[in-house]
Formats: sequence, C-alpha cells, structure tokens
Amino acid sequence: MTKLHVSTTINGDPFEFLCAPDETLLDVLRNRLGLTGAKEGCGTGDCGACSVTVNGRLVCSCLVLGAEAEGAEVTTIEGMADGDELHPLQRHFIDGAALQCGVCTPGILVAAKALLEKNPDPSDEELRYWLAGNLCRCTGYDKIIRAVQAAAAEMRGA
Amino acid sequence: MRYLAAKTAAEAAGALAAEKGLTRILAGGTDVLVQLRSGMVEPDLIVDIKKIPGIRGIVAESGGFRIGAAVSGAEIGEHAALCAAWPGVAEGVQLIGSTQVQGRCTMVGNLCNASPAGDAVPSLVAANAVARIAGPDGERDCPVADIPAGPGKTTLKKGEIITSIFLPARPDRASDAYLRFIPRTEMDIAVASAGVSLELNADGTVKAARIVLGAVAPTVVVADDAGKALVGTNLDDGALAAMAKACEAVCNPIDDKRGTIEYRTKMAGTLAKRAALIAYARAGGSK
Amino acid sequence: MSLDEYTRREFKQVGTRVRRPDGVDKVTGRAMYGADATAPGMLTGRILRCPHAHARIKSIDVSAALALKGVKAVITGDDFAVPEDDFIRDVQENCMARGKALYDGHAVAAVAATDAAAAKAALKAIKIDYEVLPHVTDVDEAMKPGAPVVQAGRVQENVPKGYSENVTAHFEFGHGDMEAGFAKADKIIERSFKTAATHQGYIEPHACLASVTSDGKADLWCCTQGQFYVRTLCSSIMGMEASQLRVTASEIGGGFGGKTTVFIEPVALMLSKKAGRPVKIVMSRDEVFRATGPTVSSSSDVKIGMTKDGRITAGEATLRYQGGAFPCGTTEFGCSAAFAAYDLEAVRTYGWSVLTNRPKEAAYRAPGAPMAVYAVESVVDELCLELGLDPLETRLKNAARKGTKSSYGPTFPDIGLVATLEAAKAHPHYKAPLKPGQGRGLSCGFWFNFGGNTCVSLNVNTDGTVGITEGNPDIGGSRASISLMAAEELGIPYERIRTIVADTSSLGYNDVTDGSRVTFAVGLATIKAARDAIKKMSARAAKIWGIDPEAVEWKDGAAVPAGPNAGKFPPMSLAEIAAVSAETGGPIAGHYEVNADGAGVSFGVHLCDVEVDRETGATKVLRYTVFQDAGKAVHPDYVEGQMQGGAVQGIGWALNEEYIYGPDGRLQNPTFLDYRVPVASDLPMIETVILEIPNPGHPYGVRGVGETGIVPPLAALSNAVSHATGVRMTELPMSPPRVLKAIGGT
Repeated sequence: MTKLHVSTTINGDPFEFLCAPDETLLDVLRNRLGLTGAKEGCGTGDCGACSVTVNGRLVCSCLVLGAEAEGAEVTTIEGMADGDELHPLQRHFIDGAALQCGVCTPGILVAAKALLEKNPDPSDEELRYWLAGNLCRCTGYDKIIRAVQAAAAEMRGA
Repeated sequence: MRYLAAKTAAEAAGALAAEKGLTRILAGGTDVLVQLRSGMVEPDLIVDIKKIPGIRGIVAESGGFRIGAAVSGAEIGEHAALCAAWPGVAEGVQLIGSTQVQGRCTMVGNLCNASPAGDAVPSLVAANAVARIAGPDGERDCPVADIPAGPGKTTLKKGEIITSIFLPARPDRASDAYLRFIPRTEMDIAVASAGVSLELNADGTVKAARIVLGAVAPTVVVADDAGKALVGTNLDDGALAAMAKACEAVCNPIDDKRGTIEYRTKMAGTLAKRAALIAYARAGGSK
Repeated sequence: MSLDEYTRREFKQVGTRVRRPDGVDKVTGRAMYGADATAPGMLTGRILRCPHAHARIKSIDVSAALALKGVKAVITGDDFAVPEDDFIRDVQENCMARGKALYDGHAVAAVAATDAAAAKAALKAIKIDYEVLPHVTDVDEAMKPGAPVVQAGRVQENVPKGYSENVTAHFEFGHGDMEAGFAKADKIIERSFKTAATHQGYIEPHACLASVTSDGKADLWCCTQGQFYVRTLCSSIMGMEASQLRVTASEIGGGFGGKTTVFIEPVALMLSKKAGRPVKIVMSRDEVFRATGPTVSSSSDVKIGMTKDGRITAGEATLRYQGGAFPCGTTEFGCSAAFAAYDLEAVRTYGWSVLTNRPKEAAYRAPGAPMAVYAVESVVDELCLELGLDPLETRLKNAARKGTKSSYGPTFPDIGLVATLEAAKAHPHYKAPLKPGQGRGLSCGFWFNFGGNTCVSLNVNTDGTVGITEGNPDIGGSRASISLMAAEELGIPYERIRTIVADTSSLGYNDVTDGSRVTFAVGLATIKAARDAIKKMSARAAKIWGIDPEAVEWKDGAAVPAGPNAGKFPPMSLAEIAAVSAETGGPIAGHYEVNADGAGVSFGVHLCDVEVDRETGATKVLRYTVFQDAGKAVHPDYVEGQMQGGAVQGIGWALNEEYIYGPDGRLQNPTFLDYRVPVASDLPMIETVILEIPNPGHPYGVRGVGETGIVPPLAALSNAVSHATGVRMTELPMSPPRVLKAIGGT
C-alpha cells in the first residue's frame, strides 16, 4: 500500500508522518510517533483506553484513521501536564488512589478532562455515563468518580 | 487500500462508481474501522466524505431540519432546536456507543451500516425522514424507511452516497421518543428498541401514531397496527396493551448472544409502551 | 505455620495513605506496559488460530507464507520439543497445538515479519488441512459416557468408572457423620446451580518482546504477574538454562490471575530464535478472549440441613468444574472454600474436574471459590427465608472462629469472620428500609491467601536513602505498601525509599503475584531485610563507638546505646551511619529469603440492595457495602481498592458476564461489546469497611486482601434478586432474559 503523507498538530506541536491508508491514529501515535500513552485495550472502540481528542472532540483513536489527522489538532495524555506541573485531574488521581494497574488511566484522564471542559460541575450520574466507554477492571470506578469530582471542585475554585 | 478525502459529493460518487473493487464510505468510521480491523472487509478504496462542503452542518429548511451526513451524534445533541423538535431522533442517535463514539458516529452511517439494531434508525423512520442521495446520475430523495434492505444491506446503488437527512416540520402537539433495551446501562447493542412519533388532537387524544421497532426483524419494522391501536385514545391501559400486542405480532427476531426470540418479542411491546408514554407527555398530552 | 510473628505496635507510617511511587508515570502516559517496548530490528509476530472447536491438524503448509516478502520466520507446534513433564507439556501445547486443536482460538502457527501488514499476509498464506471432530463445551455433557473425548489418557486413578474420559480428577473433603447431621435438621434444602465461565477482563492484552541470540542467550520483556515463573516455563519449553533467559516484567495492565502463566512468550522466543531478530507479539482482544484463561464454568448440587433455631446440622456440596481442554487445577480450591465460613459438625464436598473444548482455564481471583460459595450461600439464604430467620444472625450462629476445624482440614487460628459479620450487623446499610420491588442480599466469602518463595534486597545508600529490590510485579500499589513497611521498620520517611521490581537476573526466585501474597510475603521479607540492615547498621555504630554490637539498639531511625551501661553516645541516624559506611566496612544491605508460610485467611461479608424491573428482567444495583478483614491495612486506599474492584468483578459475574458458545462450539462473544464487564454507569459507589484482626503469621498482622472480595458478590446478588422477585435464582449470570423468564415474564 502506498503510504500517505500527513501533517498534523499533536499537543500543540507540529508533526509529520507517513502512514498506510488503513492505519489507525492509535497505531500512528504509538508505533510511528512514540506516543505510547494511549493504549490499545480492544481496537474496536469498546474500552476507551486509546482516548484522545481530535479538534476538541473526544474520540477513540483506534476508530480514527491516521490519514484523517491531516490538518487536525490532536491532544493526548502526553499533553495533559503543563511541563512538570500535573493537571488537577492527574494530581487527584494519584492522591485519591484512582488507579491500580494504571492502563486505563490515560484514557480516563483524557475523557474526564473533555467532560470538565464542557461541564465543570457534573453530577455523579453524568460523570458515570460520560465515562461509560472507559472500562476499568481494577477499581470498580468508585475512586475514579471521587477523584474526578475532587479535581472538578478544585478547578471550579470550590 | 486507497484513501480518498473527496472534496465534493460528485467526486465521491464518481470515485465510488469508478472503483472496480470493494469500496467503503468513511464518515464517523465507528463501524467501518471495526470491520477493517477484524478483516471482515478489505476495501480497495475508502472515501472520506467529511471534507465535502456542508456535509457537517445542520440547517433549518421548510420548517424542518437538514442534517449533513457527517454530523456526529455529539453535534446533534448540542443542537438545541433540533433536540426540541425531534427529541426521539436526537436520543436515538445519542445512544450509539460511548461518548468517544458519539464524537464520530453519524445517523447516516448508522443507517447505512444496516444493522436491524441501529439506534438512530427507528426514530428516523417514525419521523418519516427523507435521505438525500448523490450518485452518478445526480441527486434523488428517498424515504429513510426504504434504505435498509436487510442485515448489512442497503438499497443504495453503486456510487451512491447519502449526503443529508431531512426531518420534516413538526405539527403542533406532536413529539417523539426512542427507547432501547440493553443488558448494561451503556455500551451495548440494542436487544430490542422502539421509536414512537405521536401527533395529538386538541383534546389530548392521539391523532396519528407511527411506531417503529428495531432489532426484532431483518430491518426495522413499521408497526402500523400498533400505531392504529393508539389513534383516538389518550393512551389508556387498554390501548397500550393492544398496541404492545400489535407490536409483538410484527416481530420476527432471531435467537442470538444478545437475546432470545421470546425476550426480544416481549421487549418490543414493553419498550413501545414506555416510549409512547414519553412521546405523549412530550407532545403535551396529560393523563 | 509460624504464628508467632505478630507483635502489637503503634504504627507511625503503615496505615497512612501515601502517594504511590509510580503514580506520576501512570497519569502522564510514561509508564511502560507490555506493548510499549521496542527493540532495534524488531519484527512483528502474529499467531494463527484454529477456527474450529475441535479438529485434527492433518497438515500445515507454510511454504507460501515463507515465500512472502518481509516474512522472516514461521513456526508450528512441531518446532517445539515435546516436554517430558505433563504440566509443562500442557502449557506448551496450550501456547501452540500439536496434532490436534482443542478449542476455538487454539494457536496452530505463528509468523514473524517486518511489519504488521506482512505478518497479516503471511497468516493468510498458511494452508492448514483440518479434520473437524465432534466437540463438547458444557460441563455436564462432557461428563457423560460417550461424550467427545477432548484428550485421552488424562484420567487420575481415583476417578470412579462410568464417566467419560473427560473426567480427569475427583476430590473429597470433609468430616463428621453426614447421615446423623441431616437427621438432626428441621429443614433440608437441596438445590442445583450453574455458573458461566467468566474472563479476568484485564484491559491490557498480553504482550511481549523476545530477543534470542545465536549464542543461546535470551531476553524477554512481558506483562506478567510473575517474571520468575515465566522464566521457569519458557526455559523448560525452550530447553534453555534459566540463567541464560532474563525476563523483565513490564508494568502490568491488570491480571487478576490471568497473567500467571504464558501464552505468547514461548512463541515469541521461538520466532526470535528462528528469525535471529527481536520479535514482539501483542494479542488482540479477540485473541485474549478466545485463547487466554477464562475461569471455569460450573454445575453444582448443594444440600444443607438446619434446625428451626438456625443451627446448620450438615452441609454437602458436589462441584463439577470444566477447566477447558487441559486438566483443571481449580476444583480442589472450590471444594475447600465452599463451607469455609461455617463451623460444622458434618460437612462434605465432592469435586469433579472435567475437560471440554474450551480454552485452558487460568487462575481468576480466588480461583474456584466464588462459584462454590455462591451455591452454598444461596442455600443458606433460602433456609433462613424458609425458617423465618435473620440471615446475618444465622451466619453469626454458625460462623467459623478460632479453634474451628475447617471444612477443608486445618483448625483456624485467629480469624476475622465474626468481627466482620458483627460490623455488617451494626452498619446502617443492614437496617436501611427497602421499597417494593427491591431486595437485599448478603453473603460471606473466604480466601485462603498464600505466602510462598520470596526474597528482598534492601540497599542503604550513602545519602541516607534506601533502595528496595523485590521480585513481584506491582499490580495495584504494592510498591507503595512495601516502601511503607520498610519506612516503618527503619524509622525513616516513606519518601526516602524507592522500591523497584527486579528482573530475573537481579534477584533470587520469587513466586508469582498471586494468592494475595505480595503485601503479606514480600512485606514480611522486606521487614526482615530491614531488620537485617538494622543489625548491620547497629554493628557499624558499635564499631564507631567501640562498644559491643549487642549493646546497640535501633530507635526512631537511629542507632542508640542500649542502656546506661552501654556508654553515653548521641544517637547515630541511618543517614549518619550510611555516610561513613566506606570507613566502617563498606556498603550496607539487608537481605531476606524465605518460603513464607503463616498466610492468614481473609473473610468478607457483602451486603447489596437491588431493584429488578419486572417488565425487562434488568437488575439495578442500588447500594453495595463490603466488609473485609485485612489483618492490617498497610495502605488503606489500595486495600479499599481491592475490595471495591473484587466486588465489581463479582457483580459483573453475577449479572451479565459469560462465555457464550454456539452450536458449532465457537466462542460467540470475544469482544468487550458482547462480553459485558460492568461500566461506570452500571454501579453505585462501593462502600468499604476494613476490619483489622491481626494475622499471627505476619510481623504487622497483614493478611492478603486481593481475592476475598470477588467471592461474596455472586450469592449476595443472587440472594438480593431472589428476594426482590420472590423467585429463587439458580443460574449465573442473571442476565435480563434469564431473570424475566424465571419470574414468568416471557
């Protein structure tokens, strides 16, 4: 297959890559660009471990072609902290023990951040439904919900 | 596989018509990429239609709405006027997949994937929505109800793409609702579903009812007798029971990993009942 | 058992909720999991899997695959020598079939190629001629004479005649006069139950990167619960010396028992050996479901007798477990755990291990216990209902306690069941009102816990910090717990310690991260290694002070003279001693090696409230509370996390998770779409109550907490749904169609 040349922006930085037409954005991030923070848990959009945003929209990067990133703005877990300063969500996940194995964590953080940008004060139910596409098998979600709410409260200045 | 990001509908239709091998259209990709991944399809050409002008927009038209084929579920959910006029259509499309899938999935993709369990389809059919189709021979309109031909099959001809869906103007005292049953609260494919669109008389009785069932036959089913059972009533228990029974009568489901024939049949009636009550209340009916 | 390890003490750091050391890496995407490693010249490995439930492999033609551009190696079962040991042979054959494919998804060949596309093309080019054989996937069907035989010649001697050859083992546990016991009962209930196979459902698929060089050395990076055991299995299968194979455990994205063995690692090693280049294999989710360890599915009969006032007079259980296409090691655990919560005069459990055309069962959190306890706790619940007894009081009346001869043999030392039941009884949840259509369920649960081979090195750095080298992958915060225990013992701040998980060349053998053993056994070894280091540091101080080493003691992180007679010297801190170590004898390190016994059993009690939609059969979990004895909660956050995670996996098992097989014997739902693990919106908060009844076998009283939490939910949910609907449920999962049918809605 002839490869495609793609120019895109990831976490604010310009990137160029070549990819096969059937290659997913997830594979491009992980295998071509060294951004392995997004994980593949299923490859079919059922687990959310590969969550990123494309042009501000939360998506599963396993369900986006690399070619579709042309001209787009992509953000990944690697862009969440500001230098050595963690995002409040990241901090509260550590402080609240909202991760055990940690493999779903990047996807959940990216998804939670997308929610709080849209709705700074979600109810637990809104949060649980928003995160329903992010499977976590370790925590039973309890501490994840609490950590996101704690971060949301801090971000609201509450 | 080649990837083409078409700049116009004509370019897309032309490329699809000219391709001798297998083709797929890419809008949200939430079905197509899963099929690619599993090796279920190995297309020679994939045409991305998202760059076609207007295909990502929702515009008011003749009192109704024209929704571009690449408008995502999340974008529909954010369109207040559309959600107010057609809440059942909006809730159907918004039930497809997760938040992440909502960022990509489209009504038209759900329709053309032609699964009998597609969440966007029953409400569109109940709404008498019309698809606008661009093809090698130009443009044509076709009722959404006539698009699915069976599991995984549509009536679209080679080279044809749906560019938009038109939802007609709502009469007064009318609304719709969609419900599906899934084992979990999210992330499943509908085991059975029902879209109900109602129009009421001034006295609160039902003037017209269109009930469409999903996942209980090879394509969505318009349950005409079920709709008739509600006309003239204000959804009293007897009318609802008759309607549920009429729903069950048109079911022709399969036994599979997601549900049994008996369960799906029973659920179709139950869901139609519940959806009818929601649509009735939304239309201003009170019991 | 060494039951004199525990001494009561006031903890300064153990029991606090410190930040885990790997936290920042894991919230920034920097942590390296199985699929995240690369190597120069790396090839992509892919595995071809059998599409039939049972098939003879008549021939495999790989020539077309090998001829493709970019394909560097193709292997089949014939590339592996036949291991002499039965168990190792089973592991090897499960990694790649030889002669016969035993289940849908069984590996039959593998390729290594320069990229994923070439590997995919190579898989397609392999031609296999199969003779499809009759198959069996149901446990009861597989036991019948005349059932398709999955593997011949695997029957143990004590299996009675009259069964299919698929019945490979029989077990019996118990004590007392059963006949007399049942004769004393006012009410006897006998019921049969079925549970579906469930998968551990870790989010990270198996992944590894193998590099074998032509001089016989090899490196393997993989996500595993036990790098040393991977080394044992892989070196046996590859015919290598253990010293020549270094296995490094990546960060692990969940395991729950499913990553305690090997699936792709020997395949990657063999491909790498043949290709002469590093090979990476990453499983797809479909492969994970079809070819890695689900738990057993079960069929069981339970008979229990009870007096009018709630005393259990006798209990009997027969458990039939299918563990897939290879002999199953789980039945015995189920038999032992079934009645563990009860103090019984007459008790008997019978177990049957059965082969079917399904993937080889792997451990899953308290392997074998949940389905056994589900059946027993369902019948106890029904007896309470029939006799008008309070289910909690009745369990208290019959509860195992110190001195109880357990149903599986040993006599219990200090255990926490009564305290756990009392805590549940006192909790507001137990008395909270329910609405019509709602039901409350209760169940006890139990797990043995385990110690095992463990070694720890503790290095005192010259700047006064400490490095700990241990050998068990950190699956949910164990590095934090281990650092905490070392900090407590050494008397230095937690932050001055860094714990790392070593590869197999850097430390002695450590058993797998399983059996809820890490905080117990690695913790014990860490404490002992710290004491070893303290002894050495005290000797250094004694040397500096010119006094007898026996005259020095360790207090608050410093050496001090043991008493007025020892001499008058100011305390010497760990940092001060470390700073001058070069002048006093060189580096200071503590070590400890042990095959730890003294693991303390852990009991739990779960309470749950549900609401059942009578028109759809759907169950909503409204409230859930977990009570569990942790012995000592070293890091309470992660103890709660284990309790919550176990409970939710159990909720999934009870309500929706199941392996579904079609008439063709193929798995129909190898996706997260149709294998329905609980999602966030399915659940309420999971309340936790930690009990701390010290384990006499651990210096700080630690018991394991990881596994018990998955045992009670099955019966807790089933009892709750039974109460909400008024119909006794006897089959899991209680999926909506099944519940609606049971209550007569369809």
